[in-house]
Amino acid sequence: MSHDHDDHDHDDHDHRPPQPDDPVSRYEALEQALRELLIEKGVVTADGLRRTMEVLESASPENGARIVARAWSDPAFKELLLQDGQAAVASLGMGPTGRFVVVENTPERHNVIVCTLCSCYPRFVLGFPPAWYKSRDYRARVVHEPRAVLAEFGLKLSDDTEVVVSDSTAEIRYMVLPQQPPETKGWPEEKLAGLITRDCLIGTAVARA
Amino acid sequence: MAAFRVGDRVRVRTNDPPTHMRTPAFLRGKVGVIERDQGPFGRPEDLAYGRAPRVGTVYRVRFRQREVWPDYRGGPRDTVAADLFEHWLDREAS
Repeated sequence: MSHDHDDHDHDDHDHRPPQPDDPVSRYEALEQALRELLIEKGVVTADGLRRTMEVLESASPENGARIVARAWSDPAFKELLLQDGQAAVASLGMGPTGRFVVVENTPERHNVIVCTLCSCYPRFVLGFPPAWYKSRDYRARVVHEPRAVLAEFGLKLSDDTEVVVSDSTAEIRYMVLPQQPPETKGWPEEKLAGLITRDCLIGTAVARA
Repeated sequence: MAAFRVGDRVRVRTNDPPTHMRTPAFLRGKVGVIERDQGPFGRPEDLAYGRAPRVGTVYRVRFRQREVWPDYRGGPRDTVAADLFEHWLDREAS
């Protein structure tokens, strides 16, 4: 990777991204030792770990988009989703998710998700969180000045809108059910799903046609 | 048996034990309202150390932002919700 460094000098390291066969770092060595011990002691199996990684890496915001598109199209599904998120998601063949709660945006209320203590995120549905979601800046600020943070994402909310921040402090994972743009009523689910981005599911954006 | 019902007012304990916990500092001492019973979960204070966990109800508790942050800028109806373990909550007179 090459770029100019006119403003600062750092011969002590390069900016090459880590390569798969680089020498192991301290933390990689620690992870490897721990993993081998857990397998050796029968706490987990290598195949179990592999399968978990496979599920995590195949999860993506597209799952969330499918869930939302179904909820917009099917009132009974929407009711189940808001009452019992994990059952609703299982009925679409996704999961298991652990305890999964979906919070609904309405004309009066806007929801946004954070984990102030670490980076809890519904990974089994949406995959890995974006880097900013794990940043201290987002985590500290969105609970204290959500409107300012959302404005930085380009989302200006009216003073009349109630802002609800959900802090994922325990084992419950959250997803936002965005509002359906009114002009998309009656669209097929596949087309609706195309409107729903990852940020809509975290609450830092709204769905637009 | 769940200790609280939806709508009950609770205050988060101000303890600061030298242990692993999942109760954020910014909510300790604050008063909120029980919004949802999330069901039984093992205590993080036990699980983090490999002990058989004591199990208790976790509640989603909603706090008015103006109660949490005296300098809060935003609507008076804005809230923050967190999932808190029952052993961190005391009943508050309504």
